[in-house]
Amino acid sequence: MITCAEAVRQLWEYLDGVVEEADREKIEEHLSFCRRCCGELDFAEELRRFLAQPDEPDLPADVKARLLATVTELEERA
Amino acid sequence: MSVFPEQGMVRAEQQAADTPSERGSFQVVAARELPRLYRLARRLVGDEAEDAVQDALLKGYRAYASLDDEVAAPAWLTAILVNCCRDRARAKGRRVEETELNEADGFSLYRTIAAEDPFPYSDSLHLDFLHQFGREDVRAVLAELPELYRLPLVLCYCEGYQVKEVAYLLEVPLGTMLARLHRGRKLFERTLWDYAERHGLLKENAKR
Repeated sequence: MITCAEAVRQLWEYLDGVVEEADREKIEEHLSFCRRCCGELDFAEELRRFLAQPDEPDLPADVKARLLATVTELEERA
Repeated sequence: MSVFPEQGMVRAEQQAADTPSERGSFQVVAARELPRLYRLARRLVGDEAEDAVQDALLKGYRAYASLDDEVAAPAWLTAILVNCCRDRARAKGRRVEETELNEADGFSLYRTIAAEDPFPYSDSLHLDFLHQFGREDVRAVLAELPELYRLPLVLCYCEGYQVKEVAYLLEVPLGTMLARLHRGRKLFERTLWDYAERHGLLKENAKR
């Protein structure tokens, strides 16, 4: 049996799939009856989705042209 | 995409046995990978992305002849780029004080939101908190984190690399990476909350 503090401390690692099998079972057992920790789990999952949202713009044409010119120059110099 | 050499690149002993296959020029490979590399660099070093990609192209060009298999080029270029980004971020990164880390370590965003109850009429308090943040805000919050913690967080949670892959890319042992990710998440939670307070996001009508 693990405490809420222990379960919460390992939640992200549990979601990352990097906890040991035995720990995973303890966490899942705890989550099976602890509503508060389920709330923490839901929030951790939301936070992960929040971080994973696509963000950066496409490669701007002028940046692309400059970077390709760098490579062309290298190949020509060789 | 895996970043591990054993999965992505042909090893030296195999190379000796293989006949060299037709391969595209570095230019062709670079042109194909540029959009992805640039996007990753934007996430890792923001405005310095173009410079970081240029660093990576220069390094990559010099080492391209030693790459055994063109199939491995995307993973190989990713590793080079992450290295270049880390050098750039390190050069201008802020140091984080031990007290700040200790304070963040005891912080729980979930409990803070519940205790402070910023949106009393909400029945999905925690989600509403996250919905206050626009993309610019998320970017700004991540940019406030020291590179030691920001890079693992971005690679793992924004870019979707496995923890083991991130440890490989940043050249640290797995245990060290797990500890950094833990501290990084705590700092991120703390920074999200502080940012929300500073920017007036904790008001019922602040919703976008």
